[in-house]
Amino acid sequence: VAKKTAGPSNAEAPPKAGGDTTPMRFLDEDGKLLVSSPPLPDARVVELYRHMVRARRFDARLLKLQRQGRIGTFAPCFGQEAAQIGSISACEKTDWFVPSFRELGCALYRGASMRGVLLYAMGLEEGSVGPPESRDLPISIPVGGQSSHAVGLAWAMKMKKEKAGAIVYFGDGATSEGVVHESMNFAAVLKLGVVFFCQNNQWAISTPRRQQATDKPLAGRAEALGFSGVQVDGNDVLAVNAVVGVAMERAREGKGPTFVEAITYRRGVHTTADDPRVYRSEDEEKSWEKKDPLDRCRKYLEKRGAWDAKKEAALEAAIDEEMTKEIQAAEDYRASGVNPLEMFDYVYVQMPPYLLAQRQEAEEAFRGRAIVLGASAPYKPGGAAAVGQLEEAPEEKAS
Amino acid sequence: VSAANPNSLTMVDALNRALAEEMERDERVMCLGEDVGVDGGVFRVTRDLQKKFGKDRVVDTPLAEHCIVGASVGLAIGGMRPVCEMQFSGFMNFAYGQIQPHMSRFLGRTRGGRRMPVVVRAPSGGGIRALEHHCESEEMSYVSVPGLVVLMPSGPRTAYGLLKAAIRSEEPVIFFEPKSIYRAFREEVPVDGDPFPIGKAEIVREGTDLTVVTWGAMVRRSKEAADRVTKETGASIEIVDLLTLKPMDPEVVMTSVAKTGRCVVVHEAPRTGGFAGEIFARICERDDVFMSLRAPLARVASYDVPYPLFARENAYLPDIERIAGQFQKTLAT
Repeated sequence: VAKKTAGPSNAEAPPKAGGDTTPMRFLDEDGKLLVSSPPLPDARVVELYRHMVRARRFDARLLKLQRQGRIGTFAPCFGQEAAQIGSISACEKTDWFVPSFRELGCALYRGASMRGVLLYAMGLEEGSVGPPESRDLPISIPVGGQSSHAVGLAWAMKMKKEKAGAIVYFGDGATSEGVVHESMNFAAVLKLGVVFFCQNNQWAISTPRRQQATDKPLAGRAEALGFSGVQVDGNDVLAVNAVVGVAMERAREGKGPTFVEAITYRRGVHTTADDPRVYRSEDEEKSWEKKDPLDRCRKYLEKRGAWDAKKEAALEAAIDEEMTKEIQAAEDYRASGVNPLEMFDYVYVQMPPYLLAQRQEAEEAFRGRAIVLGASAPYKPGGAAAVGQLEEAPEEKAS
Repeated sequence: VSAANPNSLTMVDALNRALAEEMERDERVMCLGEDVGVDGGVFRVTRDLQKKFGKDRVVDTPLAEHCIVGASVGLAIGGMRPVCEMQFSGFMNFAYGQIQPHMSRFLGRTRGGRRMPVVVRAPSGGGIRALEHHCESEEMSYVSVPGLVVLMPSGPRTAYGLLKAAIRSEEPVIFFEPKSIYRAFREEVPVDGDPFPIGKAEIVREGTDLTVVTWGAMVRRSKEAADRVTKETGASIEIVDLLTLKPMDPEVVMTSVAKTGRCVVVHEAPRTGGFAGEIFARICERDDVFMSLRAPLARVASYDVPYPLFARENAYLPDIERIAGQFQKTLAT
């Protein structure tokens, strides 16, 4: 795949991941273009950059809201914006987007509203629903399982003779799951248009990449199953876009699957319930700060005269305004009287009588009670299970 | 198919007919699984379907239960109606990672947006002198999952009607096929017949002294046990075939137990955590039914031990002696 893409596939030694292939990259860490001509027009790169900034700024705001007890646990995408925006921007609306649980950037790019993201993070299913005609799947939490959904979706496209593929997101940890291997093999044997997009962010909660698998590239697994795997610098939005562009085109053309390993770094916490200080060093985090995907893209655009501080400030102000409005909308919705009984309504397409009876029983039990969490006051995400909770808890008094 | 009557079918042939008719009726229906194509399935339920409908619609997949069900989830979202086969329910555990977290919950996760018209077929139950893991009765692993429909036919006629209903259903269905009766007897099965309604139990024998609630292969065995007891004692025994384990039809059971005042549940799965417990709880929760009881509730189930290798399987499974013995005991109270 890399060889068919414009530009060199080995412009520079791989960052850190090791292995015997060289991740493709177009931009070095200072935003210097490593190929003779820009792979995308400046206007398009500005667009991608705007999406990256929007994802990062909203991600950071979500973290604050979580710390304030206004939303629950979520998995930030901090540091992985280029991998996400670079890849999803190479997909058509007719291609299926199959996320895991960290793809905030992709979801926003595909048109998810901030309000929806907030509602989901407030523990309301209302937030995980896209427009019915969309080809976006909701967040999938069991690690790796969604890879098989992408297989089925690409399969359905093949059955219907539609020129559409499926991109599935997962991390380095997920490559250890049997189902990811099963899905790769299915896609290979049945020649299905799946792009297996692995964000190798170096950490699966506390388990480092080197303990997840040997230092052979994760992308190399595709080779064993009979299809192409390629490593790309996941912090280079141009390179990711180019590699996934080729892979998605192959998917749509019925040429089978591709595995793309984007080498990146989870700069933040695994989820808001995680504390990386327990398992990794500040030095390591700092070393990746220098490779930050947003800095790199901004420097590139500045060098080309397509971006400046004034534009940056205006973008940030616009995002802030949008966030304020959307947060208000989400909090208003929650305060407006969310109906707890709706949990009964989508278990089956046709509600069986026993469930209707339980719904009526619950209606009686909930009468006059404020039972929806967060509707009237902040709460502590994690409750009494939160790490550190026991240390903070007062002794129980014998009565 | 017997030469004399082309509609007198074994359960295997009835299932095959249901699949063929539904594939004919709706081109979105596909069959996928291990050895379902050329081989026609290890029990031949999908025999000749690949010849009729082609390799695109009857697909021999790689050997991976998790991905077979996961791909079916994706196929359903993509607009197909997959019927996937687990070669034996004892290997279905690998697919649980899709069935419980995804197949059963996609509708709710998307608030009605993504339906799951998937059927997972699985030969289940014992009594076929097979290797380890080939005789499990695991319905409770699925009955306890909200969002699933769990069906178990008891013979050719119900297998045909229920499978048709399962394929046409908009809900995800776990379809257990009691393999010990795959070829045990024939029944009249129509051509292009109607689906059998999901969520409806059937009274297969009417009676006034005792209600027997059972399903799957135990329906036939319970009938045989009832024959013996009726012959010996003259007792009038009513037998309810549940057919749908989830959502269960409680009214047929409740009405019957209120009438007879006695209830024995017979199932192949191990006793602890078995579905008899749920049926008893429902009886106890209903004031009118509970107050009508004239004898303690009783169950005949397999013992709480792993399914033994086949030399001991007759000692493990409820047999006519144990079933008839319990009927007599309950009738004597």
